[in-house]
Amino acid sequence: MDFLKKLFGSGSETSGQKAKDRLRIVLIHDRTDISPQLLDNLRKEIVHVLVKYMDIDEKKIEIDLDRDEKAVALVANIPVLRIKRSGVETK
Amino acid sequence: MSARVIVTTSGKGGVGKTTSTANIAAALAKFGKKVVAIDADVGLRNLDVIMGLENRVVYNFIDVIEKTCKMSAALVKDKRVPGLFLLPAAQTRTKDAVNPEQMVALCEELKPDFDFILLDCPAGIEGGFKNAAAGADEALVVTTPEIPSVRDADRIIGMLESMGKSPIRLIINRLRPNMVQDGDMLAKEDILDVLSIELIGVVPEDESVIRATNNGEPMTMTLDSPAAHAYLNIAERLLGNDVPLMDLESYAGRGFFSKIKKFFKGKKR
Repeated sequence: MDFLKKLFGSGSETSGQKAKDRLRIVLIHDRTDISPQLLDNLRKEIVHVLVKYMDIDEKKIEIDLDRDEKAVALVANIPVLRIKRSGVETK
Repeated sequence: MSARVIVTTSGKGGVGKTTSTANIAAALAKFGKKVVAIDADVGLRNLDVIMGLENRVVYNFIDVIEKTCKMSAALVKDKRVPGLFLLPAAQTRTKDAVNPEQMVALCEELKPDFDFILLDCPAGIEGGFKNAAAGADEALVVTTPEIPSVRDADRIIGMLESMGKSPIRLIINRLRPNMVQDGDMLAKEDILDVLSIELIGVVPEDESVIRATNNGEPMTMTLDSPAAHAYLNIAERLLGNDVPLMDLESYAGRGFFSKIKKFFKGKKR
């Protein structure tokens, strides 16, 4: 089947494309020297701050480093469920 | 005459540093330049074997540094190509036997007598690399189209940049054009995109490399093969000649299956 898939060039991602994407991510981390542990801590702290102002879907948060040409950007995708009316709600 | 000093390096081992050094050195000599290839891999020397000069090694560059012998006694002259010399490494010593200052002094001593000094660097980013890179002005970084090798190349490029080496140019080695065509190998564009340095050549995967190593004769001396052709082109580009990149795709589409595939792909459109 693999052979046929290759022969007719079906839509699935090639291993070369996979290598390219993995390489890109590996180099971003290498160059910025940020460990997964550090990224996880960062994520926790960001969440800690955000929940004071809004309800967010913590399970669907995506935080990662992305590189554009020669710059590295921290890209966070955080689904917001509800904005709290009066800003910081004190308990 | 004041030689250009170029280090061949990679970070990762086994990607073709020594083969590249030997073939580029032989090619430059073939173009009429006076070239010395220095094996900077103290303790794990192999440039002598790749060049087929292992039986003629008497002294090594550490003997020169320690003044056990004169430079002229340590240099091994290649009798097949005029103007080609090897300065071997010591096999029974370790990388700690030299320091970067001594390597710089060694290159300075050779500079007036040569057009090119090529330093074959050991794998790694430790002392051996730092020694080899110290004496060089320019660098050639060798990588294969695989994640581990490109990743290590990226580290090495960063270090070479901070050492002020310029230009730093990339050799992509062991590329399989048919695998790239099938989308199963990183393409040269993918590698250049992430490393963002100048490309000096792409060497295709070629069985002739193994035969040349078996025979102890750099391909660029005699063989007419895709890899030999690629190394001759790299040497030309080092000399400042504008040589177009080889059409590797024409090597790719030769197999039976790729012909069938092309046929079907053609029909689909």
